[in-house]
Amino acid sequence: MIDLADAATASPAKRIAPHRSRISRPLEVLIRSVGPVLLALIAGGILLLALGRNPISFYGDIYSGGILQSAWQDSVMRTAPLLLIASGLILIFRANIWNLGYDGQFLLAATVIAGIGPGLDLRLPTWLTLIVLFVVAAVVGGLWTLIPALLKARYGVNEIITTLMMSFIGISLANVLIKGPFQDFSRNTPQTPTLPLNAMLPSIPGTGTPNVPGTGVHIGILIALAVTLAVHYVLTRTSFGLKLQVLGANQRTAAHVGLNVPRLIITAFLLSGALVGLAAAVEILGIWGYVRADWNPAFGDAVIPFVFLARLNALAVIPFVAFYAVLSIGGDYATQNAGLPVDFLLVLVGLILLFMTITEYVGRRRDLGASYLTDGLREAVGRKQDV
Amino acid sequence: MSQNPASTSQPAAADVPAVELIGITKRFPGVVANDDVSLAVRHGEVHCLLGENGAGKSTLMSILSGMLSPDAGRIRIDGREVRIDAPQRALELGIGMVYQHSMLIPALTVLENLMLGESRGLRLPIEEARRRFEELSATLGVQIEPRTVTADLALGQQQQVEIIKALWRGSRVLILDEPTSMLTPQGVADLQKVLVRLKESGVACIFITHKLHEALAIGDRVSILKQGRVAGTIDEQTMHTRSHHELQSMIVRMMFGDEARAVSGVAELEDETVGHRARHVPDAPPLLELDGVSARGEGHGTGIHGISLAIRPGEIVGIAGVDGNGQRELADAIAGQIGLTGGEIRFEGRAINRLSVAARQALGIRYITDDRLGEGIVPSLSVALNLVLKQIGREPFWRRGQIQMGAINRGARELVGRFDVRTPGVGARIGTLSGGNIQKVLLARDLASEPRVVIFHKPTQGLDIKTTRWVRQLIRTQAEAGVSTLVISTDLDEILELCDRVGVLFRGRLAGIVENGPDAARRIGELMIGGQAA
Amino acid sequence: MNELLQSAVLTALLSGGLAAAIPLMFVGLGEQIAERAGVLNIGIEGMMLFGAYWGFVAAYYGNSIWLGFLAGMAGGAALSLIMVLLCIRLGLDQIVVGIAITVASEGVTSVLYYAQLGSTRPRLGAAPTIAIPLLSSIPILGSSVFTQPLAVYLGIVLVMVLGWVFRSTNIGLNIHAAGEKPAALDAAGVSVVATRSWSELAAGALFGLGGAYLSVVTAGVFVRFMTHGEGYIGLVLAMLARGRPVWVLIGAVLFGLSLALQDTLQLARVTIPSDLIFMLPYVVVMLTLVIFARRSYLPPALALPYVRGQR
Repeated sequence: MIDLADAATASPAKRIAPHRSRISRPLEVLIRSVGPVLLALIAGGILLLALGRNPISFYGDIYSGGILQSAWQDSVMRTAPLLLIASGLILIFRANIWNLGYDGQFLLAATVIAGIGPGLDLRLPTWLTLIVLFVVAAVVGGLWTLIPALLKARYGVNEIITTLMMSFIGISLANVLIKGPFQDFSRNTPQTPTLPLNAMLPSIPGTGTPNVPGTGVHIGILIALAVTLAVHYVLTRTSFGLKLQVLGANQRTAAHVGLNVPRLIITAFLLSGALVGLAAAVEILGIWGYVRADWNPAFGDAVIPFVFLARLNALAVIPFVAFYAVLSIGGDYATQNAGLPVDFLLVLVGLILLFMTITEYVGRRRDLGASYLTDGLREAVGRKQDV
Repeated sequence: MSQNPASTSQPAAADVPAVELIGITKRFPGVVANDDVSLAVRHGEVHCLLGENGAGKSTLMSILSGMLSPDAGRIRIDGREVRIDAPQRALELGIGMVYQHSMLIPALTVLENLMLGESRGLRLPIEEARRRFEELSATLGVQIEPRTVTADLALGQQQQVEIIKALWRGSRVLILDEPTSMLTPQGVADLQKVLVRLKESGVACIFITHKLHEALAIGDRVSILKQGRVAGTIDEQTMHTRSHHELQSMIVRMMFGDEARAVSGVAELEDETVGHRARHVPDAPPLLELDGVSARGEGHGTGIHGISLAIRPGEIVGIAGVDGNGQRELADAIAGQIGLTGGEIRFEGRAINRLSVAARQALGIRYITDDRLGEGIVPSLSVALNLVLKQIGREPFWRRGQIQMGAINRGARELVGRFDVRTPGVGARIGTLSGGNIQKVLLARDLASEPRVVIFHKPTQGLDIKTTRWVRQLIRTQAEAGVSTLVISTDLDEILELCDRVGVLFRGRLAGIVENGPDAARRIGELMIGGQAA
Repeated sequence: MNELLQSAVLTALLSGGLAAAIPLMFVGLGEQIAERAGVLNIGIEGMMLFGAYWGFVAAYYGNSIWLGFLAGMAGGAALSLIMVLLCIRLGLDQIVVGIAITVASEGVTSVLYYAQLGSTRPRLGAAPTIAIPLLSSIPILGSSVFTQPLAVYLGIVLVMVLGWVFRSTNIGLNIHAAGEKPAALDAAGVSVVATRSWSELAAGALFGLGGAYLSVVTAGVFVRFMTHGEGYIGLVLAMLARGRPVWVLIGAVLFGLSLALQDTLQLARVTIPSDLIFMLPYVVVMLTLVIFARRSYLPPALALPYVRGQR
């Protein structure tokens, strides 16, 4: 309606000014990233007070339960699967696709490798077993995205619903497997057989007691960091990364400039699911060694706000995820002390998301920098053809 | 209750203008869209607001209709000073607006669109609305079935509904923003008749256009807007006494001052000084052939059926027709963005039906889209990246998958220089550039790398005069170099200026192909409304 | 197989199916209103759960299912107020805020239940039903379909009323316009923000009502995360119903039957792992989406915030 654009060409002096921030960049970054978290913690504290708990001791417990003594090691190990899932989400969110099926992808991958792991371990050397199981986990995670991927690529079916539905189906399917073919009947509660400690991920040398397996920090964190760095590189420096970005900005533009949109969509889904599968591998092969029925750590839900806070940048997400790892490990301890269910952390996560959107709004109004979301991610559902 | 404009019994005091804008100023970041604009419109007159794209006409009317508020200035309606802070207020004051981009809802019926926002209370007053519709239809000489779904109406009819909607509450002021851009010549004539009847019933009409000949033909008075300011007004006296040619020169001088010689701008003058020169197109086998091509349209689109066309190297073929008759599908089909349901497309004699968009680009088939922002560029990426967007992954911009920013930037700087793109730098976000410069980027991207066949879809839409001439010259130059060119445009003047032959799309079919010549405009006009080529 | 056809089993399937369908129906109708106006509620799951919790608490302490329904509606509307303020008024992203609402609601309801009723875990008695004279004497159908709590009959009336509202009222037309082309509604002088806000609040109330019905009538108990994806099923219902409330009802019955299948199969002593049956409604949703993908219709302005003066 208002075609100002050409007034600019007519007279150079009246050109539209380039975007400029009103405050310095470091401060801008700080406010945008840390602000929502702080606000959420404060709001959480108020909720604690309302429930008759002491917020100071609660947060203090988080600190001691998450960092002090050897707790920091647990936090480091918790970071590994969170980071891998975060990478998987960053990759696909950049392409403007909502993969919300991470729970199902995670649990299925975990169950399958927990189920076949012990058998493989008997036949193959440990190092080979581990590699095979990692590959299997990635494949299972990726395959579980295939149906939503195909539906979206070929028919434009909205992926929010399909990935959510597949998640519920996946969770139930995992239970069926655990209570069925993968069950270890020597136990009281349904679960898969346990991998022996020496068949699991080795520890980083220097951590834990030497020659005692199962102590120290397992190498999962190294794997996670390496993969995250690789994902970051691919997303920012390769042609594939740019293709995802173009797809994420506008699907029509992507088709117009010659990209194979259906293939990109499917590839993005498969990679995203594979990364979630890797997260499952790291968690099962690093910490648990088995999967019991009705278990769902819901890592994906927890990681989403940080993926956005980091503005879909895989490097930037690392400190955020590390922070949440401490929060969740410490939170296990703190909520127990306070007599609250561990689901209280979900409240904090939800609050962080809410405050993040508010900070974005304030930031936009006061010129604090560009938005958290890509242009296209906002409009994922607004297209006419989608279901 | 609302008043029928045809039965008005009280003309306002003869000298008090229906609408007065006094010192209106409106600023946007980096631009002053309206700069101390003053304007008066009388009852029963058609006042044309003439200016090029970007002169500030639409902004001014958005202020009058309540969509925007001015930073400074006053508005008087029938002598009373008013503040119009919302569309609702404008409606209450009797100001009706027909927007350039339709404000009707395609999925709703005509009657539903008309009832929208018109009554309070729970139930929809269907009977009353039907009666009012019949009243207004009779006044304006319009014939439409009110229960039709709006999307099913022809564009000219949709516009008639918009006018009825604007007059629904007995508006005394009607603003029409570029109403003829989507109409056939017949549709324009019909609109003129409607306007005459409105004038007779005392309605004050403001007619916004960038076409000089329209302003002179339709307006009782003409005000010229240039870069946000009123450059001058031509009153009725002058309109009646001076010749057409004199009036044109006056207006051009007002619009361009002494640059008139250098710029020689508005459409008519082009025809007189440049015009269409018959070109010699070498007699070679066609580079691009369409043979009975059919494709499905998306959503409400018409699709195309049985299109057959051949373009020789160096030839410029035009596709005229009212928007929505299959232009987009035709372009998409040739580019490879949609698949065919029938027929064959051949390049250098070989069928390319099955080739992807990227493969066709590699052959040299290029498509400059009309939807610059929604399809052509990624606004959040830099100019440099947008320039290589159709070559992602290829050397020298990518090596083994890894991006080579140095090569990309170098290439970009060269193109920016060659195509005269005004940008703070190749790293600037392309979304901040003006429409004209974005178009130049699109052109640079596709034309710099050995095109063989180029499809231009509305290449100069929304561009100012200088850039428009530049783009048209570029099209000619490319054609001289042997490129098979297809120009799809709703601007008949542009088609006539550039093209050797013109095909007319009507309801998805090629109604006919006309050789360009002195008679072409009339024959094309006939084909556009479904008549046979004489 | 004989067992399956026994009237007792069929009756159980129908009553159970209807009991499961009603929450879906309320939730689907709510989303239909919101979606028609252009608002997408990914937070539907959280709002339903919130209503389920407060509905249960009110019904338990107040000893009245109607108090429970009211509390549920209030709870759902309260959360939808967040959508109104952040998304409709401020134009923030509807999907992100929706995820936030669901996650936060899951956490809050779990914590509150644990703190409040975790030790006692009370159950509510069966809700009083009304038997429609004559019709309730029909074998099988009579005791299941035609003997239902009052709320069900009111719900069916709601379906018809909503259809009338969409077709023949000003507010219905405004809602339609807000979802199709908000700029046109604005130009016609009607507030897009107000229209969407009221639609969203009504939707939130219905989400809460659906949740309350789930906890108070269908289940008689509150369990953490008890909605378990039913909110999203409601979302699918609204998407497939193409603006006709009657289709929401039909779809709700279909999915409700698949939800009730688990208990019914157990009753019929058919041995299939319960988890497989648990999957069934979601598989049905997937199949429905695959088959009917083309036939759904989403308003063009869905999930896009409206700002005047911008294109």
